[in-house]
Amino acid sequence: MEASGVNVDLKAKADWVWRQTLKVYRRAPEVRLASSLSPIEIFVSLYYGGLMRFDPQNPAWEERDRCIISKGHGSICMYPILADLGFFPASELERVCQAGSFLGGIPDPVIPGYETVNGSLGHGLGVASGMALGLKVKDGPQDVFVVTGDGELHEGANWEAIMFAAQNRLDNLTLVVDDNRICMLGFTDEINSLGRLADRLGGFGWHCLEVDGHDVMAVHRALSHLKKTRDGRPKALVARTIKGRGVPGLENAPMSHVMSPSFDVIDALLQEPRP
Amino acid sequence: MNEPKPRAMRDALLERIWQGMADDERLFFVAADFGAPTLDRIRGDFPRRFINVGIAEQNLINVSAGLALEGFTVFAYAIAPFITMRCYEQCRTNLALLSTVRPMNVTLVGVGAGYSYVVSGPTHQCYEDITLMRALPGFQVLSPADHVTAGRLFDRCAGRPGLKYLRFDAQNLPVLHGEAGPDLDKGFALLRDGADACVVATGYMVHTALKVAERLARDGINLAVVDLFDLSGFDADALAGLMAARPRVISMEEGFSGRGGVDSLLRDLLSRQGLERPTLGLGVEPAYRFELGDRATLHEQVGIGPAVAEASVRTFLNRP
Repeated sequence: MEASGVNVDLKAKADWVWRQTLKVYRRAPEVRLASSLSPIEIFVSLYYGGLMRFDPQNPAWEERDRCIISKGHGSICMYPILADLGFFPASELERVCQAGSFLGGIPDPVIPGYETVNGSLGHGLGVASGMALGLKVKDGPQDVFVVTGDGELHEGANWEAIMFAAQNRLDNLTLVVDDNRICMLGFTDEINSLGRLADRLGGFGWHCLEVDGHDVMAVHRALSHLKKTRDGRPKALVARTIKGRGVPGLENAPMSHVMSPSFDVIDALLQEPRP
Repeated sequence: MNEPKPRAMRDALLERIWQGMADDERLFFVAADFGAPTLDRIRGDFPRRFINVGIAEQNLINVSAGLALEGFTVFAYAIAPFITMRCYEQCRTNLALLSTVRPMNVTLVGVGAGYSYVVSGPTHQCYEDITLMRALPGFQVLSPADHVTAGRLFDRCAGRPGLKYLRFDAQNLPVLHGEAGPDLDKGFALLRDGADACVVATGYMVHTALKVAERLARDGINLAVVDLFDLSGFDADALAGLMAARPRVISMEEGFSGRGGVDSLLRDLLSRQGLERPTLGLGVEPAYRFELGDRATLHEQVGIGPAVAEASVRTFLNRP
């Protein structure tokens, strides 16, 4: 489905996912809220924008496009998305982090819709590169998407994969960076600056676009363009985002990773339109 | 008897892999810029399924995991210390952990067990891998003592799903098993009988154990020598039976002693079987050293050469 053919109001869906993510936090405050609010428009574009083929009744469907969610801890917004799409019953969202639930504080591949292990950072891109290579050899038309954080790119294994993907012309691979510019202990630029990431990736031979990661239509347009482009280069979208977006005190706070907003703040937000 | 000539373990395996890749389009060979003349044939004949990731063992494992998730059978190939320790967390997370919910068939081939890269020093030598790879649930750890066993492992690895780590010597070792190879299901082979003690050795140290047994036999001391090549899936009852029939148990490994290697494996087995036997664990004294010398000299320095091993065994058996 092309961008023009999207029949879901992506902006309304992103707002809904934002509220649902707050509700998950309200029930399970162990989850990483700030990191899970920055990639909402990325996941909404991928999963509701007609960019990915998938079958909620058969998550291992061979024809599916693969999405490796490498920033596992910061993808709690996927819980309401996967439930909404029918990967599992919405009632499961009531049990996040509870004994017997498969929805943990950090997602694991026991969750229908999650492909790989994501709790440890810096693994997704390399595994996705192997999958993309395998699909090339099988002559499969599927795309492989990987969503990472920017701080996660400090892990050196990513750069091994970045070289590998370019060398092996994996133009069925798309990296989406949730570029919220904050690690656990502060701003990425003050820890290990990635500089202008798009330039770095371009220097390694990737086809890279940048976009306002909270303009869901812009994210969708960029991903649609990348999906259509197969010119021998692996592709990347650097989505400039805001960690903790929409939650006062949390938003863009250097220590937002380990901050837990009070339930009063969350309850007040849930009464109002999304900021 | 028509004994096969000594060959490199890797050559015996690579020959089988070439045939496997010719027969089965789902076989991949991924290397971390580590080659051998026999590899050129694979590279030349199967360019789409021979991948060199470069000097990048973390990505070697990650790419192998990704290919395995797409249904390919993968052999990943690098120097032993680097394919285990440089990328240990990748092995844990993307192979051992992930394979519990996503079936995979990945075989790591690590060349350079123990001191086999004699003059390259401790970075290229490997004394920790038995302990480390046995610590990962789901990994079968296979440590052959000759190229016949090494070659026979191809069918076992390609034909059965799961994760395997092959610990290969880099040198050409004498042949211990006939063309048919040992019984892979059993996981070990009794190479020499003897009533005074049961020696369980792995890899290169099987050859040392046989030398020690030969020397002691001249003084009427008789050692049984077992080649334990499957360090995770061996027939525990059968091996315990061999140990039960002898009054003492000796382990020999080209890995650190007292750090969770074959010595600990045997003591654990004895304990679980309720067998009380005095044990002697002969392994590398746990320290890093930079001395140069041939393999035999280095082995004598760290406590596993034939002479020092013989002396240790004599003391252990009260037969000085």
